[in-house]
Amino acid sequence: MLRKLIVALGAMLAVPLALAQGTIKIAVIGPMAYVQGENHWMGAELARDDINKTGGISVGGKKLKVELIRADSNEIQSVSDATNAMERVITRDKADFIVGGFRSEAVLAMQEVAMDYKKLFLGCGAADAKLGENVETNYERYKYWFRVTPTKSADLGRTLFAVLGSIAGQIRTELKKETPKVAIVAEKVLWTEGIVKALQANLPKMKMEVVGLWQPSPTATDVTAELSAIERTGADIVFTAVSGPVGIVLGRQMGERKMKAIAFGINVEAQKDGFWEATAGKGNYVSTLDTYGMVEVSPLMIPFVKEFEARFHKSPTYNAATYDAIMDLKVAIEQAGSTDADKLVPVLEGFKDVVGTSGTLPSWDKRHDPVWAVGKTSGIAVEWQDGKKVPFWPPQIKGMQPFKLP
Amino acid sequence: MLQDILVTGLVNGGVYALLAIGFSLIFGVARIVNIAHTAFYMLAAYCFYTLLVRVQVPGALAALISVVAVTALSVLCYRLVIEPVREHESAVLIATIALALIFQELMLFSYGGNFLGIPSAVEGVLTVFGVSIPYQRLLILVVAAAMLIGTWLLLYRTRLGLAIRATANDLEVANLMGMNVHRVAMATVAISVALAAIAGVVVAPVFVVDPFMWLTPLVTMLAIVVLGGLGSLKGSLIGALIIGYVEAITVFALPQGAFLKGATALSIMVVVLLVRPEGLFGVVFEEER
Repeated sequence: MLRKLIVALGAMLAVPLALAQGTIKIAVIGPMAYVQGENHWMGAELARDDINKTGGISVGGKKLKVELIRADSNEIQSVSDATNAMERVITRDKADFIVGGFRSEAVLAMQEVAMDYKKLFLGCGAADAKLGENVETNYERYKYWFRVTPTKSADLGRTLFAVLGSIAGQIRTELKKETPKVAIVAEKVLWTEGIVKALQANLPKMKMEVVGLWQPSPTATDVTAELSAIERTGADIVFTAVSGPVGIVLGRQMGERKMKAIAFGINVEAQKDGFWEATAGKGNYVSTLDTYGMVEVSPLMIPFVKEFEARFHKSPTYNAATYDAIMDLKVAIEQAGSTDADKLVPVLEGFKDVVGTSGTLPSWDKRHDPVWAVGKTSGIAVEWQDGKKVPFWPPQIKGMQPFKLP
Repeated sequence: MLQDILVTGLVNGGVYALLAIGFSLIFGVARIVNIAHTAFYMLAAYCFYTLLVRVQVPGALAALISVVAVTALSVLCYRLVIEPVREHESAVLIATIALALIFQELMLFSYGGNFLGIPSAVEGVLTVFGVSIPYQRLLILVVAAAMLIGTWLLLYRTRLGLAIRATANDLEVANLMGMNVHRVAMATVAISVALAAIAGVVVAPVFVVDPFMWLTPLVTMLAIVVLGGLGSLKGSLIGALIIGYVEAITVFALPQGAFLKGATALSIMVVVLLVRPEGLFGVVFEEER
């Protein structure tokens, strides 16, 4: 009994001890063997160094340094590995805050663990709307969750329609086709269902013709048959909603076939620097939504991208917005003068027009999702042109370049 | 649409056939349930990628080194892992699953989970009946045909082939007849893995290279070998074409069900097995043997 009491006492003392030693522990959780986790970590490292260079975070007149905990969730392979990692960083590593997460199914499960322990969890990867809906339906339990990037899936849809309208306009002007034909290629997974329904319902209203829907498996490594069928339809646009290797294969095989249609949509693999090499240089004209680029979406974006590239020799993906998440925490802690999650939640909820590296956050809504706004939280669209990822939307942002048709 | 199905099915069937030949040899002929077979295919793809893209070794030399290195590794694995438990099929099964997972994790550790691409050996596209076919896929068809003929000649026109078939037919009798059954088994593994490695080098450029690329082909290969009839090379070829055509028909006839193409192909296999448990050419093979 005495021994158990001593262990419990030790555990209770652990958190204040960390603070007493002058550190705030932030766990960075993500699939560390993958690009997503790498970017979570690299963005967080930059934030830690920038904060610690200035002495740390001010809490009640005292400067506390940021200490990062690297947690490999292995969430692409296993949801249970992800929840175990979350449990470990909270109970063993005594993390004060958590940032990261990528795969919606895993983040939903990790959200439960973080909420059990009333830990602030700032998401930097998952788009599923359910994460925010939880906050709305059971505020007291889920109020410790905030989404930093990307916007929720419905808002991603809004961005897609805006970009698609712009591309269709260019096709009408340059190719003299009044009703561009659109072939939809969407992985057969949960997150694409809403997007597919919205496309089928709205594209005719936008004077575009849907010529077919192809739904390969997310793990498909060959889309020869699909592309043969799409070529027959004479599609001008191949709308993609893909997150797995099929995004690479699609880009490569379209390039090999010298298809005249352009691929646009969400193609997670096309957001990565390695896409060009992975497609063996065949991924020209593949376009996708993205977050970072050498454009002035916010005053901090270009300096951040430059610093990131100089240090890590690669460009950041949207998961690197762990930088923004940690900076948000810093601002909130300094305003509240405390690291107590219950005191930080109202401060974060009161954020207005916070300038980050990934954009400008107008505010969080009642679901703790970023409020969607073009040129602020909508992200950007990029096109691969001769080995370079060229940003082209929103066109009013400084630094955007023309979108090219094949 | 018919020409699309005919051409696409043939090309995809060729890809599967190349992968299935080695698997048919090891699984069907030598009766070694080598689950790591497609993991060797994955290793060859990584080896080829490293040499060709990172070290900038010329393509032909990179391919040769990859095939030889992976084949040598398979011999080592056979001596250390498979041979000691070869008498127990379930132990071989588990040991080779473990091997495959070790290879997978090693690649994940070394290269990360990123998807990598290998440039095609031959660039360009041929248009047949209005259907575009990249030359790399035609190369796969040619290599698959060559490997099939080569393997058949090896099995039925050489003493080693006779020994392999005899050992597979009755290990004890072959042993009593003075054959070194362990050496024959090792040779079978080496030939089979060499075929997998050739597939890795030739097929990987049309897919993507990643640590999990061995899983999907494994299921498809099992389906093809069982569908065609255990140990029948002819059966493997026909099985591969059937799977290729079924997948093409699924995608063209039911675009929204494109994700079902794998499941449809496996369903066909189940139906064939229900009607003909020995597979399409299983009996013919037994008679031949």
